[in-house]
Amino acid sequence: MQDLAATMPATHVASPPDRMRLIVPAFLFAALALAPLLGLVGAERYVLALFTRCVIFAIAALGLDLALGCGGLVSFGHAAFIGIGGYAAGILTASGIDDAFVLLIVALAASGVFALATGAISLKTRGVHFIMITLAFGQMAYFVANSLKAYGGDDGLTLANRATVFGRDLLADNRSFYYLSLALLLGVYVFARAVVRSRFGRVLRGAKENETRMQAIGFNPYPFRLITYAISGMTAGLAGFLLAEQSEFVSPAFMTWQRSGDLIIMVMLGGVASLDGAIIGAVFVVLTEELLSGFTEHWRVIFGPFLILVVLFARGGLLGLLTGRRHG
Amino acid sequence: MADALLRLDRVTKSFGALRVTDAVSLDIPRGELHALIGPNGAGKTSLIHQLSGSLASDSGRIVFEGEEVTGLPMHARARRGLVRSFQITSILPRFTALENVALAVQSRSGSSFRFLGDAAREARLNEEAMEALALIGLAERASRIAGTLSHGEKRGLELAIALALGPKLLLLDEPMAGAGDGESEALVAILRALKSRVTILLVEHDMQAVFALADRISVLVNGSVIATGQPDAVRADAQVRAAYLGEA
Repeated sequence: MQDLAATMPATHVASPPDRMRLIVPAFLFAALALAPLLGLVGAERYVLALFTRCVIFAIAALGLDLALGCGGLVSFGHAAFIGIGGYAAGILTASGIDDAFVLLIVALAASGVFALATGAISLKTRGVHFIMITLAFGQMAYFVANSLKAYGGDDGLTLANRATVFGRDLLADNRSFYYLSLALLLGVYVFARAVVRSRFGRVLRGAKENETRMQAIGFNPYPFRLITYAISGMTAGLAGFLLAEQSEFVSPAFMTWQRSGDLIIMVMLGGVASLDGAIIGAVFVVLTEELLSGFTEHWRVIFGPFLILVVLFARGGLLGLLTGRRHG
Repeated sequence: MADALLRLDRVTKSFGALRVTDAVSLDIPRGELHALIGPNGAGKTSLIHQLSGSLASDSGRIVFEGEEVTGLPMHARARRGLVRSFQITSILPRFTALENVALAVQSRSGSSFRFLGDAAREARLNEEAMEALALIGLAERASRIAGTLSHGEKRGLELAIALALGPKLLLLDEPMAGAGDGESEALVAILRALKSRVTILLVEHDMQAVFALADRISVLVNGSVIATGQPDAVRADAQVRAAYLGEA
């Protein structure tokens, strides 16, 4: 009996079987790695910029999926972290510091501290209250960014140059920058998957499913959620850092509540709590926005009904449609 | 009774004008199976909630192993070995039965702030969880999704989760609620086997089970304990018969 237990892979419905676990991400990352080839037929600068944006938002959506999908924490203020990561890069560059490692560490630290401070308060609440309080913190960050007169106020801040690596401008090349972003996405993805399956992640998933049960077996969900919120915020901060570096520009528009909503849409559309879905959703939303906004500035009029259909009829999101499974 | 495992000292709780727990004092020594009975609405579950920490008392003290736990939250009491089950089944329906129990083992073995390693494949956690499942007779159901188990199996799973925590005192809130005849008998047999290992406070409506299992019985009516004693003494108590067993 005990030998049986030791060898038994205790499966969990929220995690697909092993085979499927690798097919989807392998396909996704291969497709993203090959995407710049589209640039060979022309407009390489445009193609790279577009897909870099896809990858950056995939990082942010992955971060949100950890909190929202796996932790049940519906944050409506995640754009604030993108903004904080972006402003960390922008303000340091304006002060003459442009070493990539310094910028990255400050961006992660700043978004992490903001996540811990706001999360410590927000996580005292549940449900709609949590959504509203994270929205409120997000709006606070937005208005603070607007009031930064020394850094462009509501006009935003242009970065004099991209960050340097050991004094060399390795990131100036758009192709290098794309593959750096993709490597970071892969790193975040591998880390997120490990977290979800770890002891820590199991407590987090359990607390999402039945908080009282978890308390009754001796777990206080609060510190688990707070750490998750911080990891999630730092991941979005990383995306913000990359976004500012890519466009060599950062402005309060990075942190509007609409952008927080877009992140939720990416996660829901792709398939919540699956991690793969967050990447699919982010790529899909960025590409669709680009495509539809070419036809009409009212592209959301087309996108909205589509979103409603997916939410109504494909509870596992696009990933569920693709793999024929429903995460629910 | 200086060595009582659990001591209640004038524990009181009101909801508005309704006094659901009225100065309840009770000592439960180590090793005892103590049954708490009473008519519907007597305040049995409210008392369990206060003992487990999911409901704050208005006044009075709850002492566990000589230390006051009155202000501690549920998770802190569970860590000390004061473990409860729920009247309405409370499990993780989308996890497997094994993972439901393995999480309880995880709770008392080492830190859960580990971000690497696949928890579902930790052999030591799974082995101990399997032992608890086997004790309840659910070993064959280990890999089933908990939400798909039968009602009786879910009741058993709750018990296995509680046992896997290595409790010092089990608070069982109607473990037989909704179980079929055969399932009830199986549960009585399981509880009888557990008696020698762990102290139990049992809330139960099934009088056959209560009188078959209990070392002592307390009768709760309108929030007050009106009698405590050996099963025979309680059965014979005139006050109990009048108030509870419905005899004049």
